[in-house]
Amino acid sequence: MSDMDDMDDGSGVVKKFMFLNRKAPHGTVYALEGLEVVLITAAFDQDVSMVFTDDGVYQLMKGVDTKGIEVKDFSKTYRALEGYDIEKLYVDQVSLDARGLTEDDLIVDVTVLSVDEMANLMAEQDVVISF
Amino acid sequence: MQFGILVNEGPYNHEASDSAYLFARTAIEKGHKVPRIFFYHDGVNNSTRMAEPPQDDRNVTMRWSKLAEEHGIDLVVCVAAALRRGIKDELLAPGFRISGLGQLVEMGIQYDRLVTFGD
Amino acid sequence: MLHIVNKSATERSSLESCLRMATKGSAVLLIEDAVYAATNGNAAAAKIQAAAADLKIYALGPDLAARGMAGRVLDGVNVVDYGGFVDLVAEHSNCQSWL
Repeated sequence: MSDMDDMDDGSGVVKKFMFLNRKAPHGTVYALEGLEVVLITAAFDQDVSMVFTDDGVYQLMKGVDTKGIEVKDFSKTYRALEGYDIEKLYVDQVSLDARGLTEDDLIVDVTVLSVDEMANLMAEQDVVISF
Repeated sequence: MQFGILVNEGPYNHEASDSAYLFARTAIEKGHKVPRIFFYHDGVNNSTRMAEPPQDDRNVTMRWSKLAEEHGIDLVVCVAAALRRGIKDELLAPGFRISGLGQLVEMGIQYDRLVTFGD
Repeated sequence: MLHIVNKSATERSSLESCLRMATKGSAVLLIEDAVYAATNGNAAAAKIQAAAADLKIYALGPDLAARGMAGRVLDGVNVVDYGGFVDLVAEHSNCQSWL
């Protein structure tokens, strides 16, 4: 896939990009298509953070089986993110608590943040894209 | 100042493309630059010249084409999202072109602000 | 930072999530269906008024008017037109749409 090769816009500028995932997978396409943008952004050697809050935390569930709804299981892609140098994965503690989930329920290693930590992280970004 | 705009919803179904259009037009009127607008998710449906809204309604696609022509805006439709939804080169209204997601990332890197309109 | 919210607070949770994560001194602009939250008697009005102590709250006038809500705006909410929307984006170093 040529899209995944290293890209360069020629400027040498590195910005802080945050991808804010607030939506559950499968009910709508945003999680899947959002992931495609994250991978491309990393290929541009930008400083990428992925944040999962609200129903977005459901994207990271272990034990996914999509055969019965006949759609692609893209949850494995989250485990491949490290290979694209996307290592900053953050999950909102409040959102986990509100859904009866803990870190052990998630398919990848994440950093769990408090509301204040999450707010400060967001405020320091150059570009925030929400899916 | 240079603004990039990301449109994530199709026309008519959602207010997002109306809001995005009014924002872009106003930004230009105020002396800012909108070099590129990127269409993603169902936003790719803004680009088809096959749309025929009723005469008493706004024509969202033609409105984009006109704004692009008057102000030299690059209207970019995501290739993967477009192919998934049956949007092809031969269907595009004037001013639109199909390209990759890298065009969106470049907007984030190069412009002063990136504003998203969606659902 | 400028936070942009476009969902009705009586239908979805995006306003609540936004208010939870907006740091003191940042701005919140309500557009599209989110403008209902900035009107008298709405179930979210108390949240907006409480938030207005630490945040600057704006609502998009054309969206209020289109919904018959122009005369019902809460005290403490600043109504802006599209020019004001553009100014808010320009004045803040970054922005986030709570889709």
